[in-house]
Amino acid sequence: MSSIERKPIERRQFDTLIIGAGGGGLRASLQLAEADLSVAVVSKVFPTRSHTVAAQGGMNAALANVLDDNWHWHMFDTVKGGDYLGDQDAIEYMCRAAPKAVYELEHFGVPFSRLDNGKIYQRAFGGQSQNFGGAQAARTCAAADRTGHAILHSLYQQNIRAKTHFFDEYFAVDLLKDDSGHVLGAVVFNIQDGQIVVIEAKTTLLATGGAGQLFKTTTNALINTGDGMGMAMRAGIPLQDMEFFQFHPTGIAGRGMLITEGARGEGGYLVNGDGERLMERYAPKAKDLASRDVVSRAIYIEVKEGRGCGPKKDHVLLKLDHLGEEVIQKRLPGIRQTCITFLGIDPAESPIPVYPTAHYTMGGIPTNRFGQVVIPVKDTPEEPVQGLYAAGECACVSVHGGNRLGGNSLLDILVFGRAAAKHIIDYLKENKYHKALDEEIINRVVDKVKRFDQQGETSSTGAETVVDLRNELKQAMEDHCGVFRDKDILKQGVEKVEQLIKRMKNVKIEDQSFTFNTAKVEAFELDNLMAVALATIHSAHAREESRGAHSRVDFPERDDKSWMRHSLYSFENGLDYKPVRTKPISVESFPPKPRVY
Amino acid sequence: MKFKIYRYNPEQDAKPYVQSYELENVDPGAMLLTALLRIKDEQDETLSFRRSCGEGVCGSDGMNINGVNGLACITSVASLKQPIQIKPLPGLPVIRDLIIDMDQFYKQYRAVKPYLIVNDPMPEVELSQTPEQRENLDGLYECVLCACCSTSCPSFWWNPDKFLGPAALLQASRFIEDSRDQAVEKRLEDLEGPFKLFRCHTIMNCVNVCPKGLNPTKAIGRIKHKMVTRSL
Repeated sequence: MSSIERKPIERRQFDTLIIGAGGGGLRASLQLAEADLSVAVVSKVFPTRSHTVAAQGGMNAALANVLDDNWHWHMFDTVKGGDYLGDQDAIEYMCRAAPKAVYELEHFGVPFSRLDNGKIYQRAFGGQSQNFGGAQAARTCAAADRTGHAILHSLYQQNIRAKTHFFDEYFAVDLLKDDSGHVLGAVVFNIQDGQIVVIEAKTTLLATGGAGQLFKTTTNALINTGDGMGMAMRAGIPLQDMEFFQFHPTGIAGRGMLITEGARGEGGYLVNGDGERLMERYAPKAKDLASRDVVSRAIYIEVKEGRGCGPKKDHVLLKLDHLGEEVIQKRLPGIRQTCITFLGIDPAESPIPVYPTAHYTMGGIPTNRFGQVVIPVKDTPEEPVQGLYAAGECACVSVHGGNRLGGNSLLDILVFGRAAAKHIIDYLKENKYHKALDEEIINRVVDKVKRFDQQGETSSTGAETVVDLRNELKQAMEDHCGVFRDKDILKQGVEKVEQLIKRMKNVKIEDQSFTFNTAKVEAFELDNLMAVALATIHSAHAREESRGAHSRVDFPERDDKSWMRHSLYSFENGLDYKPVRTKPISVESFPPKPRVY
Repeated sequence: MKFKIYRYNPEQDAKPYVQSYELENVDPGAMLLTALLRIKDEQDETLSFRRSCGEGVCGSDGMNINGVNGLACITSVASLKQPIQIKPLPGLPVIRDLIIDMDQFYKQYRAVKPYLIVNDPMPEVELSQTPEQRENLDGLYECVLCACCSTSCPSFWWNPDKFLGPAALLQASRFIEDSRDQAVEKRLEDLEGPFKLFRCHTIMNCVNVCPKGLNPTKAIGRIKHKMVTRSL
């Protein structure tokens, strides 16, 4: 056992602390650094390793560079795509802000693909229409199929220019919250040497991304463990709409690597074991470009009913070879390389085996359209938590409702990363000084940082390992909270997750080094995943209807009368609900309609 | 399947050593990262390495594999001679096991001002760029900053503080070649002198190891060509 002591606790002060350095965090930090505020960005990985880097297909904005378009059509598609659970004020704000967000990125240097007239290239994506449900639109701005990489690197580069202060490879453990409910920063530790740092901040922005590691087969990076969501829950903040988890129709079967929806946007299509274009039956008009939830269910049903492909009939095929090698190399070079590397298949010659794969957390930390975290207080459903903001996949603002449209996630992080930063700038004008931070609050959180430290003593109840619990959790979520759900399966899932959370208390880490202790980081991550899993499975069990990505075989219809409302789940109060904000900012509300593609 | 892995934890070890591991039932289609994760999960949680996306886009898991730098997540185990020898990327300080201190590498990256510089007022829409001008950036913008190239470069090993190294120079070229950038002259000027750029002796290790199939040597050549044209 090491005899080296942890370095003494360090204390730092900033105007704003941003946790997470993906697109949302970096867009916000850039805005704040340019406003001459002191801003610290804490990230458990070097910023360009954040999962935004893996986004492929593009970012939606009604630029009308290819086909006629406007933000109002984009808004309609987003409301409908989310199966009428999205908040229409936030959706209007996002769709209106989209073109400017894209132009800003272009000015930051993003190497978007181009049209012959020199404008940004746009491709068709699922769920897009012209004229409120009419012909297919082409709204997704793309840098080949590496749009996330292009955006994340450009944003990081702009932050280098703006001299943003980065804490690279620091892990944020918990928020500092005083008794009046103000959030005053967070306690983090340096992964490199274990040093604990108390970061005091007048405002804190959570931008920690999603929780795709909840599931066994996922398109998500290993770092996507819902850290901000776990921190929020431990600070008494509920998570919203967690039952809505997106399964992407085209993950590589059995392995999970993402094949962009842009592959279908460029003209690819799905075929079943009979060689039939299966989507013609499920979505006669939009076909392969129906919403993701619709396409994922279709593939699941085809396989379940014996019309899958391959020796086990356990997947369908995504056919691209008819597009020709030139188009594939120009527009889809990244997924071509992924297929060659992982499958030994060149999509220019052979179809790709695909199956629905866990992909995106629609739910998250509840916010308003200014990025402020909001919680129910007495009769007010949405009371801001002072000093706390959230943006991007970790947040639920909610622009995606029950199902996110492809191309809207990059848009979400950029629009709301910026919106949160703008609100923070205004907030700081009124709140110039750091609020007093009690030693007792600091000590409480610092103790949590030390909770996996075991200086020689072993718990008598025996030791659980992170690996076992994590594998069981991911298997439980895969088995009990997948594409189709029913009451009994979900109930068993609730019991399994609750058991796992109990066992988590007995976790023991053998590795007690302070130097780049990845075993310990994985324990903190698993703790966060457990919290997120609990909120997810409880919310799913309770919602007795089918809406967006939440499909109940025992309640196959959408039930607007009882269930057009947001779920909230917290450790303290269990389940609670609040109304959908159906009133947009300036236009008429889109009332719920049957959702057909 | 047999592995020999470089181990070093400065808290416990006076000097680095090599540890052997063995895995049963490795899927022949598996990538090296999958095997390393299995070793960590099933046998030794103290084995430390960086990883994230698992598909070659985040650039976290660069390491030296049987003597060649590469990303573990897109290196197939079937292609490797056993025992598979894994070491940290060479030429930079080791923090622990396969994790290197990349500060010097990032410093060189920042030194080339890796961001678009436009002095004119920005239009309310996008800056115009033709598809041909945009194609100039293909092979330059896709870098994932894994450091496989710079840490395979003898010129970088010898002068890591003076020679910018292939990764940073690739970035320099990415902005020099961008039709929108208005600081090209300054960028070229900044690369003058015997070290920053001209320490490249076209050994081409960088090209051989780049996991993304990029060609930093060619990018360096393009910069040199621009410098020559400019001086005429």
